[in-house]
Amino acid sequence: MTSKRLNNYGKINRDKTISFTWDNKKYNGLEGDSLASALLANNIGVVGRSFKYHRPRGIFSSGVEESGALVTIGSKDRRDPNVRATTQELYDGLKASGQNAFPNVNFDLGGINNYIGRFFAAGFYYKTFMGIPPFEWGKGTSIWMLFEKLIRKAAGMGSASRLPDPDSYEHAHDFCDVIVVGSGPSGVSAAIEAAEKKLDVILVEQDSLVGGDQLSESEFSTTNTLNQLQSLGIKVMTRTTAFGLYDNCVVGLLERVTDHLSISKNILPRQRFWTIRAKHIIVGSGALERHIAFNNNDIPGVMTVNASKHYLNRYGVLTGKDIVIATNNDSVYETAEQLSEAEANVTVLDSRTDIEIETKNKFEIRKGFVPYNINGTKKINSLDISKSENIKKFDTINCDQVLLSGGWSPAVHLLSHRGVKPKWNHENACFIPNDTKENITMIGSSRGLWNKDDCVASGVAGATDALNRLGISKTNYFFPKPGGWKNPIKPLYEVKYKKSRSKSFVDYQHDVTADDVRLAHREGFISVEHLKRYTTLGMANDQGKMGNIIGLSLMADLLNKEIPEVGTTVFRPPYTPVPVGALSGRNVGKHFRPLRVTPMHQWNIDHGAKMIEVGLYQRPWYYPKKNETLSDSYIREATVVRKTVGICDVTSLGKISVQGPDATEFLNRIYSNAFAKLQVGKARYGVMLRDDGIVMDDGTSWRLSENEYFMTTSTAAAAKVMAWLEELLQTRWTNLKVNVTSVSEQWAGAAVAGPKSREVLNNCVEDPSLITNENFPFMGVISTFLKGKIPCRIARISFSGELAFEVYIKSDFANTMMDLLWDNAQIYDGCLYGLEALGALRVEKGHVTGAELDGRVTIDDAGLGKMASIKKSYIGSAMRRRGVLNSENRETLVGFFPMDLKETFNAGTIVCEKNNISGQGIGRITSVTHSPELGHWIGIGFVEGGVNKWKDITLVGADPVRNKQMNLKVVSPHMVDPTGERMYA
Amino acid sequence: MIRINCPYCGERDHSEFTYGGDATIKYPSLDSSEKEWTEAIFFRKNIKGFQLETWHHSNGCRMWLEVERSTVTHEIKSIKPCHPDLQKVVENNK
Repeated sequence: MTSKRLNNYGKINRDKTISFTWDNKKYNGLEGDSLASALLANNIGVVGRSFKYHRPRGIFSSGVEESGALVTIGSKDRRDPNVRATTQELYDGLKASGQNAFPNVNFDLGGINNYIGRFFAAGFYYKTFMGIPPFEWGKGTSIWMLFEKLIRKAAGMGSASRLPDPDSYEHAHDFCDVIVVGSGPSGVSAAIEAAEKKLDVILVEQDSLVGGDQLSESEFSTTNTLNQLQSLGIKVMTRTTAFGLYDNCVVGLLERVTDHLSISKNILPRQRFWTIRAKHIIVGSGALERHIAFNNNDIPGVMTVNASKHYLNRYGVLTGKDIVIATNNDSVYETAEQLSEAEANVTVLDSRTDIEIETKNKFEIRKGFVPYNINGTKKINSLDISKSENIKKFDTINCDQVLLSGGWSPAVHLLSHRGVKPKWNHENACFIPNDTKENITMIGSSRGLWNKDDCVASGVAGATDALNRLGISKTNYFFPKPGGWKNPIKPLYEVKYKKSRSKSFVDYQHDVTADDVRLAHREGFISVEHLKRYTTLGMANDQGKMGNIIGLSLMADLLNKEIPEVGTTVFRPPYTPVPVGALSGRNVGKHFRPLRVTPMHQWNIDHGAKMIEVGLYQRPWYYPKKNETLSDSYIREATVVRKTVGICDVTSLGKISVQGPDATEFLNRIYSNAFAKLQVGKARYGVMLRDDGIVMDDGTSWRLSENEYFMTTSTAAAAKVMAWLEELLQTRWTNLKVNVTSVSEQWAGAAVAGPKSREVLNNCVEDPSLITNENFPFMGVISTFLKGKIPCRIARISFSGELAFEVYIKSDFANTMMDLLWDNAQIYDGCLYGLEALGALRVEKGHVTGAELDGRVTIDDAGLGKMASIKKSYIGSAMRRRGVLNSENRETLVGFFPMDLKETFNAGTIVCEKNNISGQGIGRITSVTHSPELGHWIGIGFVEGGVNKWKDITLVGADPVRNKQMNLKVVSPHMVDPTGERMYA
Repeated sequence: MIRINCPYCGERDHSEFTYGGDATIKYPSLDSSEKEWTEAIFFRKNIKGFQLETWHHSNGCRMWLEVERSTVTHEIKSIKPCHPDLQKVVENNK
């Protein structure tokens, strides 16, 4: 192939030269070039190596259907593999290189695969799973494990950068009445018609310029069209691909914001991921030209006919000198005219005999001829041709380019995303879109129209359809019939090569040959979905945009069926690849998920807290002094709490205000324990069950007044409990007069725990007389004032097992509260304690949290069965008594000591009987800690039959993941102060 | 993306909502038998076509909605608040 830039053609800017590198060599292009056109202008023919056989590949097309010119753009952390050179705009300093080749695409050692290709036929990869016959048949393979890595390395495309992506991406949203996809003649006319009828219109174009196929015409002004569209108020989005259609007229767009710019000046996001919610979608996505399968139809220099016209009229590049055009339809003759006007030597092979063609120029038309075989490896030397009636080599034409047109496939992809199967149009040998009830209208050549006038008319019809369906007008309209060529197309998918081992490519992208399709048929993979997976036909970047129909036709032929009977695979989004970066948008790094902090977050950090994530919340983990480690710190903190007093941020607990005349009745139904007689000024610990009798969550509810409760939930279940309460009130118990409001963010909370907690609180409140043991007993609740007349709520409740209080204050006063509590705690040598110490204290007491209440545990399993009321019915009361949940042998809550008290263990340890250390054992350890009070490690968890069954029996803790095993003693979960004397003190 | 027309907030993306479940279940009274509860909790139809289901506008007005949606096409035929009093309010405002 000898391609060159012409002087009098194209819409590029000849005054602006752009330099770029290809495989580390410097070249020049012009402003307006694509990478592909610049490569062609520099007469670079080989731009890639094929997937399996490492055959040299050139540029096949000028658009998104490209499966040959896949290159790597950029370097280091901006290396972007598998970019279509045909759609990559040229920019100054662009670095591009070939892929899947060593050392380079011109001389590739992997090219040996071409000669041993019969080992790599379809299904090769799957067959390697089976082992090497006959030695390994059916046994699986060991050799596969060895070769798999090599195969993966040898086959494939470009490799991605392993460095973090330095670019930013954005998510954006918009709404409109009508979104029009494609700015070809039909799309533009639809957009104009809709905008003139006062609809809010977005027009999306994947190219950098509007015009669609008109960009391949010599007389077309993209600027005039753009101006016309914009003057009507149409939002025109170029470099934007509508990659998918979704329910309710939602369209996914990918806008390439800076992929056409030099990186250095880049302050914009690289790409924008748009979600457009439209009322109606008009798709004018055009049609894609197919190639023809025949031997060596992939030699660089093979191209679709329309691509050559595109390069000529848009980029001023003549793609060959001696050009043979092989066709079965009328669409090529305009190109043939223009190429010969540009002084190429053109021969047209038309597979049809009975046709009338009018031409102005002199070029040879050989009717009844088809391409048979290309001679050449890295470039075309000549083309063997055959009569279409009797397939065998008839003649040889010397040429450097072969342009193919096997017909056109309407781009029905977007409609297919909606589950609408296309229908086969026999006259035009293509799938055309079917009707849909959804507000989607297909126009232009994407519904099989080949004439520009028909396309324009279909655009107006499409807009009218939209107006009618939106109820704005009731106008009659009609769509032109599919077709528009003077002479009918004659199906031509494959020209069979007589010799064996032909390389007649159906799908260039994955090196799928016609023989592969026949092999799939022989081996029984005859449904299109099996064919696809067995041969990889229609997979990877291009998703079979050019080759799918050819593959289907071959299978139809083998099955003696028509193409529509064989069916078609379903196209799924995306139409063209969408980078993962664009999907994630700004939700990366610290923005990966929301960060929740308590109002005293900074206060905690200022006071030395190390933080830990709990759900979305950042909570104080421990407050190390000087060189303290985590375990030094939490053991000290827990010890201080038991000895004097500690302060802990408990704001992350869920808080729900339950109000209304039926609030008491409501709580009485949702909690398993009795709430009907809870007095005003008292709190109660409650356990909620699910409908199926399993524990949902636990927490306390404080009765603030006759009709108002303040409920706390666990941190993790806060949202779930809130939604659950709303569901019950809105769907089941709609006659209850209760309102629930989440007040989690409104209140900041701190626990004050330890023998000196009352003294600390006395110093912090305006009226210390309220805090005495008589006035403020265990589970009491008061609403009062902290010093400085700050209103607060205090309950005497204890998670640590010590005399303890929880103080809640309006979030704005969180720091004031912490300052006040901490100043006074220091008087008693108190400490700040974090989640780790909190955990130690609660494990010592056998108090359960999310680690125990894991959705499998019943209230009896958790040892709280006695709390459940037997006098009332509540959510889960019937179901908690059902069959298996009542078994004597259920795993119930126990405490664990290591037999050797110097031993440690971990949460997740499996508990087994001594003589049967296997499987899931008879229980598990869920939480562990070093107990400062007892001076050794302790744990809580579950074991079949509970503490009574194993009281004096040594069990074994198996921790195979950490390669540990220890003897265990089962004890009561209440390991410290089982009678609760300290709490009531 | 399913778009759900919340009677209070207007048409919104389904990502603002949380799917609830079968809206046709009549939950038995709390003192009903284990058998009745088992029926209500564990036995579900697998409907192809339109079904009544609940959705919670969890990132919106927090209303629980009764939605008639096709499990095949996601087409939504009707949406109303689950709570009868709210249904009346919506009806009166039409």
